[in-house]
Amino acid sequence: MVDVTPGSVEAIPPAEVPEVELYHPHSWWTTYVFSQDAKVIAIQYSCTAIAIGMVALVLSWLMRLQLGFPGTFDFITPEAYYQFITMHGMIMVIYLLTALFLGGFGNYLIPLMVGARDMVFPYVNMLSYWIYLLAVLVLVASFFAPGGPTGAGWTLYPPQAIMQGTPGGQQAGIILMLVSLILFIIGFTMGGLNYVVTVLQGRTRGMTLMRMPLTVWGIFTATVMALLAFPALFVACVMMLFDRLLGTSFFMPAIVEMGEQLQHAGGSPILFQHLFWFFGHPEVYIVALPAFGIVSDLISTHARKNIFGYRMMVWAIVGIGALSFIVWAHHMYVSGMHPYFGFFFATTTLIIAIPTAIKVYNWVLTLWRGDIHLTIPMLFALAFIVTFVNGGLTGLFLGNVVVDVPLSDTMFVVAHFHMVMGVAPILVIFGAIYHWYPKITGRMLNEALGQFHFWATFLGAYLIFFPMHYLGLMGVPRRYNELGDMGLISDSAHHLNAFISVMAFIVGFAQLVFLFNLIWSIRHGREAGGNPWRATSLEWQTPETPPAHGNFGKELPIVYRWAYDYNVPGASQDFLPQNDPGDYAGAKGH
Amino acid sequence: MSVIIVFLAVIAGISGWWLSQQRLMSKPWLEQGVIDEHGGSLGPAMPTAKVGLGVFLAVVGCLFALFTSAYFMRMALSDWQPLPMPGLLWFNTLVLVLSSVALQVALMAARRGQLDTVRLGLATGGLTAVAFLVGQLFAWRELAGEGYLLASNPANSFFYLITGLHGLHIVGGLIGLARTSFRAWTGTPARKLALGVELCAMYWHFLLFVWLALFVLFAGWAASFIEICRQLLT
Repeated sequence: MVDVTPGSVEAIPPAEVPEVELYHPHSWWTTYVFSQDAKVIAIQYSCTAIAIGMVALVLSWLMRLQLGFPGTFDFITPEAYYQFITMHGMIMVIYLLTALFLGGFGNYLIPLMVGARDMVFPYVNMLSYWIYLLAVLVLVASFFAPGGPTGAGWTLYPPQAIMQGTPGGQQAGIILMLVSLILFIIGFTMGGLNYVVTVLQGRTRGMTLMRMPLTVWGIFTATVMALLAFPALFVACVMMLFDRLLGTSFFMPAIVEMGEQLQHAGGSPILFQHLFWFFGHPEVYIVALPAFGIVSDLISTHARKNIFGYRMMVWAIVGIGALSFIVWAHHMYVSGMHPYFGFFFATTTLIIAIPTAIKVYNWVLTLWRGDIHLTIPMLFALAFIVTFVNGGLTGLFLGNVVVDVPLSDTMFVVAHFHMVMGVAPILVIFGAIYHWYPKITGRMLNEALGQFHFWATFLGAYLIFFPMHYLGLMGVPRRYNELGDMGLISDSAHHLNAFISVMAFIVGFAQLVFLFNLIWSIRHGREAGGNPWRATSLEWQTPETPPAHGNFGKELPIVYRWAYDYNVPGASQDFLPQNDPGDYAGAKGH
Repeated sequence: MSVIIVFLAVIAGISGWWLSQQRLMSKPWLEQGVIDEHGGSLGPAMPTAKVGLGVFLAVVGCLFALFTSAYFMRMALSDWQPLPMPGLLWFNTLVLVLSSVALQVALMAARRGQLDTVRLGLATGGLTAVAFLVGQLFAWRELAGEGYLLASNPANSFFYLITGLHGLHIVGGLIGLARTSFRAWTGTPARKLALGVELCAMYWHFLLFVWLALFVLFAGWAASFIEICRQLLT
């Protein structure tokens, strides 16, 4: 059936990589700052993403202050509220989640997991980080620009995005936002080329595609999608920049502003929406697929059981990736499009639920009769499954045109996307950090603080976002900084809003505890050893922890098996690393 | 958005074909031992830099396909007035074809080990590419002189934006070409240059293809072609 060569292990020469292929740093600067080592770049990416993510966290607090206790805080003007909401969304989706999953985990894990010494184009990889940092700095600069950052909403819909009434619309805010996005996309493309080509070309001997851990499959597919989807945002940003700076009319219709006819005429705001969502919907899966992959590995490792339906998982990842490019207009049901289009996009949207559901079943079936260790990564992985199912189910509501139209622009939508692409991927990020921190630093994160962080985050996130579904069903609109005296909104909505705000502060505080844990454990954590979770994949088999530059010492590992050989009958221990030649006679018995 | 969908369908076809060579039906849980795959045509026989460039060109293609999609959607609105094609563009097209041919000659010479021809091809390719860029600037000036300004009509805006972006990609290519040429003039043997020259040639052919597609688009032939297709379908 397959061309496997058991028995001839001795005859296979180890795959040695000539020394010249690795760039050797010569000074402190090239080792830690302008480093070409993917692991250092990964840490740079992660720290930058977490730092800017903390800004977005504070912004969400400010928003919740206003929503929970309207009229109490004078400094939160309606304009400021819009700026908070815009920057919170943009930072979280692009500068935190995308950068952390692909730039952070992608850089750290891909070379280690496929058995490569480094990314294939290390210099371009380094540039990728520095351009990303520049994008973040431009974004931060907009907070200090006259007029402040843009307040156009994270979707930046024209015409309002570049008009006077919107904060930053006729000032620097929107320009800096667009420039920052363009820079981000250029930087990401540089990194993305590395992630894809490393998976294609850099795999070690024996590491076939179907032996790659699902983490690599998830990040790989998400990167391919991102490379094809981000150009749409690039095009939209460039064209909007032209409209704003050079007076073109790509998106701007003939419009009167403050009683004055503007120069623009004839442009199509809907065109922008198409371009934006052509990027925007794949973006959801660009964030979700790495999370799917990582969570599969966490569950398998911490339940000491092979992943159920590995092939199906791979096919589902690829299938979701392909399908996600033909569903974008379900974000535009209320834009007045042809009913048949709505029908088409509703159908494709609901079809995506099939591969996604397959994945959920496979996670649950992996847990079934597994030897579940309730470690902190496992807790986060379990929480992810529950949260993702929750968010996914409300996605089925919103995917149907007739249900979406009344729910559009209500808090229900806010609750849905926070559950499915906010909380769920963040839970995976936490789980992954607890899981791989010992490899990165050589020490374990503190367990007690981790328990507190998990329960506060998991329960708190539910207490924040569950009530929002109810608010949305009641008709509470999103993007309003204050509800005022609306007849349709009962008192309970106001009480709930105050409750949600308090919970948001508690959950935010738990993240500060997590940050403290991250820093404290570098020095004071328990020594981890090379493979504390007794995991099979290659990153745990490095000769040194943390892995040195070049990852695997003198010889690259040779891969003899897939990444999920846990509790193999007849094996001497409960896991067989991928580079363990093992005992073929015993293995034949399957 | 039909153009980008067709483009992505092509990409999906290529990826699907490649995946189908990757033993996706195998049962990894039953297989131990070293598997020497790389049976697919993207195996290690293909240089990494070439795969990297291929992926990059897919991204660039995606970018231009999206601009084309936007062009068609914006074109359907009532205020669209097509702009005349300066005759100079025909000349520029010819120059760019020459540039591509010169690099192809350089590539073939590099494979045969003829350093002189490689140098000649690289120099001709670079100079004609610069000539193309200058020609594009003159075409811009000509249009602007006749009153077709950037903001006066969406057709103009698209023309300047897309040709500008195409020109920027050529400028980027010139940097790569300059690096390869530098190696060609500092004593690298011709055969060792083959990969670098091949990458340049690939990139040049691709940008030529993009330019031809854009030319068809700006001349309005693409729109009439699509109109004929639409009438055939309905």
